[in-house]
Amino acid sequence: MADWPILSLTTFLPSIGALLILLVRGEEQAVARNAKAIALATSLLTFIVSLGILVKFDPSSAGFQLVEEHSWIPALGIQYLRGIDGVSVWFVLASTFLTPICVLASWDSIDKRVKQFMMSLLLLETMLVGMFTALDFILFYIFFEGVLLPMFLMIGVWGGPGRIYAAYKFFIYTFIGSVLMLLAIVAMYLQVGTMDMRVMLDHTFDPSMQKILWLAFFAAFAVKTPMWPFHTWLPFAHVEAPTAGSVMLAGVMLKMGGYGLIRANLQMLPIGSATYTTLVFVMSVVAIIYTSLVALAQTDMKKMIAYSSVAHMGYVSMGIFSANAQGLDGAMFQMLSHTVVSAALFLCIGVVYNRLHTREIARYGGMAHNMPKYAVVFMLFMLASVGLPGTSGFVGEFLSMLGAYEANTWVGLFASTGLVFGAAYMLLLYRKLFYGKLEKPDVIAMPDLNGKEIIYFAPLIAIVIMMGVYPKSFSGVYAASLDHILTHHREALAAEGLTPPVANPASSFIPAANAETISAHPATSETPGTEHAVEPSNPETPSAETPAEAPHGEPKADANPDAGH
Amino acid sequence: MQPVLTDLIPALPEIFLAVAALLLLMLGVFSGKNGTRLVSGLALVALVVTGVLLVRQEGYEVAFSGLFIADGFAVFSKLLILLGTGLSLIIAQNFIAREDMDRFEFPVLMVLATVGMMMMVSANDLLSLYVGLELQSLSLYVIASFRRDYAKSTEAGLKYFVLGALSSGMLLYGISLIYGFAGTTNFITIAQVLQAGPAPLGVIVGLVFVAAGLAFKISAVPFHMWTPDVYEGAPTPVTAFFAVAPKVAAICLFIRVLEGPFGSLLPQWRQVIEFCSVASMVVGSLAAIRQSNIKRLMAYSSIANIGYALVGVAAGTADGVQAVLIYMAIYLVMTVGTFAIIIGMRQKGKAVEEIADLAGLSKTNPMLALALAVFMFSMAGVPPAAGFFGKLLVFMAAWKAGLYPLSIIMALTSGISLFYYLKVCKVSWFDDVKEPLDRPTAGLSWVVTATALVVFPVALVIGTPVLDSAAAAAASLFH
Repeated sequence: MADWPILSLTTFLPSIGALLILLVRGEEQAVARNAKAIALATSLLTFIVSLGILVKFDPSSAGFQLVEEHSWIPALGIQYLRGIDGVSVWFVLASTFLTPICVLASWDSIDKRVKQFMMSLLLLETMLVGMFTALDFILFYIFFEGVLLPMFLMIGVWGGPGRIYAAYKFFIYTFIGSVLMLLAIVAMYLQVGTMDMRVMLDHTFDPSMQKILWLAFFAAFAVKTPMWPFHTWLPFAHVEAPTAGSVMLAGVMLKMGGYGLIRANLQMLPIGSATYTTLVFVMSVVAIIYTSLVALAQTDMKKMIAYSSVAHMGYVSMGIFSANAQGLDGAMFQMLSHTVVSAALFLCIGVVYNRLHTREIARYGGMAHNMPKYAVVFMLFMLASVGLPGTSGFVGEFLSMLGAYEANTWVGLFASTGLVFGAAYMLLLYRKLFYGKLEKPDVIAMPDLNGKEIIYFAPLIAIVIMMGVYPKSFSGVYAASLDHILTHHREALAAEGLTPPVANPASSFIPAANAETISAHPATSETPGTEHAVEPSNPETPSAETPAEAPHGEPKADANPDAGH
Repeated sequence: MQPVLTDLIPALPEIFLAVAALLLLMLGVFSGKNGTRLVSGLALVALVVTGVLLVRQEGYEVAFSGLFIADGFAVFSKLLILLGTGLSLIIAQNFIAREDMDRFEFPVLMVLATVGMMMMVSANDLLSLYVGLELQSLSLYVIASFRRDYAKSTEAGLKYFVLGALSSGMLLYGISLIYGFAGTTNFITIAQVLQAGPAPLGVIVGLVFVAAGLAFKISAVPFHMWTPDVYEGAPTPVTAFFAVAPKVAAICLFIRVLEGPFGSLLPQWRQVIEFCSVASMVVGSLAAIRQSNIKRLMAYSSIANIGYALVGVAAGTADGVQAVLIYMAIYLVMTVGTFAIIIGMRQKGKAVEEIADLAGLSKTNPMLALALAVFMFSMAGVPPAAGFFGKLLVFMAAWKAGLYPLSIIMALTSGISLFYYLKVCKVSWFDDVKEPLDRPTAGLSWVVTATALVVFPVALVIGTPVLDSAAAAAASLFH
């Protein structure tokens, strides 16, 4: 049992399910029923297997774990190489967790070509899990691009009226971005001689080369994240995609961009990251403010949530490139929180869309009266999206803003306005949908949540509250890895004589043990540059930290008790 | 006599195939109209036997006073050519019977063209190059207009013939210049002459003419004008054949000429190749977008693909040659598969060739639509299909050789070309059925399934041995 290739198993179980579905023959009704049953069974089984990853994963180690290594195409330095670290482990679980929910959510709403839909969904899961666990760059690229194929079909075949335009835009936009990434991968391969990402992580690329490579990777991941101004494919894709497509898109696929930004841009190309920090900050702040305003003006609720995704992912990119403990921690947490919250919001929209077949906000109203359960569920996720303390959204947004504030006060200031706008459009949406008079006859006729819907909302609610109240249970898994990334990042910058953006790692938001290792680090390292970079900032520490800490005593209390172990 | 035998043995596969073609011709003449199936079947057997003879060949041998060369590169290219011809012959079977092309000359001409192509890739002298090229071209002119009572087909044949004769003229003119200034037509001697001192201007001018003549054969821009018309006009199985075997042969010949005798002129010819490559990629990708006829679409797609392959040629290294060989192997498999689907496109027994006729294929025949999607995504270079690995190899070779702008243009044009490949997928997957297509015949389904399986999962498994043999083939050119 101990030597089971659990990552490969998690990756290819859904494919086996898809093959089984392919073999289903018979009358259309029966085929649809069996396909759904097989999809649900395989995705649940995959989820259970993937829980094994979490069990086997050792959060105290920063390196790659559960590594599977097989020779594949030695002539090109390509291996079948898989493994996870703290950064990727949650994304794997997010993929396996959301897939069965998507199967349930599509149970009644997908009524044509069910067999092919379920196959696409399962293949999508394979690609996503494969992508997050690939440690060979070509394998990574294959899965990264492979994700496009099932998604293209899901939008194009089962989407709304504008599905073809949306599917095209989605595919071509992301493909061109990734081809540039492929060039960067090839360039890196020719320098290092292997596609092994672990070797590339340890290799220091020439600073001038890093700047070009960084841009190439950024092109791919900025489209995927998506960052302003490369976000224009997202609203179309979301609006036209079926509910399950939107859930997977917002829940996991956008995180591919964030994951790539951490793994390739921040971790492999520290000099490039330091060079373009300002660019990312500007793009993130514009995304946060501009897309929030755009969201405010939407009349289509799916489009509104889509734009809010862009804004929320703006916090992620901002946090990642603030390159300090709080920012990166916040970015990771924000991604996880967004996974659950945006997925849940799209599921919520799916609930009423299935009943009324319109996404126009104006067509609804007063639903708090006849759909009380639905109103409660929606409110919870709406508040999590806004970032109410006690929900998952708060921790991520707060930490990433704190990180940005330390890196650049103005960025922190502008980003915080996004919170207000976010609250504005979400509360407005809620008011229009749920309050007011219940007068439209078809809205009155809508039944409240049914059993199936409650089943798939229940775990999401639990996770959102769990993440808000006890964030350590999630952040503890990746703390060691992030710590390692930042140490590496700081060393690389110091070696180049650059001052790290924030030379004050001793934050109260990372577990005490880790904080010690970080602060102890400059002392042990013999590089004069490192000490030089750290020391001058130390006197500033109290003044910089006290005001930031004082008003936010509460969340600290949440995080601190667990810092002990 | 011993000397004669040493000459004959390296050329045994060609000799066998040529004799087989003549025997098949006799057989066809005596068996009359009903003999086509038999002749086709025996032609396939002859191709397989030739392949076996080729595989058993080994080493590096020069024969016929240096006119003919048999090396690893030639063997690899010839195997590709034989595979292309064989598969084209299989997918042609049903079509020629139904479209009144049921004449035994068809397989015989294909075999003769194959002999010409094999001669081309084994040429070690400008004269044997020309003879091989003409044997191939003359056979191709005839089969392009094989449906002689059909205006488009005769037009295609005539157009191909006139422009082909022009390019042959250019080629011959270039050869005469090279001969005049270098004093020899033998590849090995030319290489020695060019390495000994600075290249005479006449040789460079001659080389440009030779390159132009060969660029016509591979339909690289700006010598591509014939391609869409010939692809559209020729009977579909002939188009399939044109798209694979002669392309492989011509690009291998191109490589042999450029890397062999003119290897030391790399900086000079690289400019020409780079220009053709960029022009082909751009024109191929942009012009294909507006096509509504799937055969014309495939014509522009083949132009773009040749542009990608030329990127590998421009690298001028063993890596580049290996990349091109692999690229052409993958191109061959996916093109044959796509054409097998196109040949199978019939509505109520009548052949159709508009992209719109594929509408709703995923509902009427999901497996065929899946195979088509596999081919299209592979051509676009979307992983995990095999086409991605072909492009990756070319990328790597070009980047290693320092051709950065060329690699970036290649990346961007493959993004553009994605657009029209997606169009085919869109029509077959997203659109509603207007008029369902007939079920393809068993032979076609077999070829489609086999090629699709090779393009998607099998290529991932057999990658290493194929790469190794291509590397060995490329190395034999740079010994």
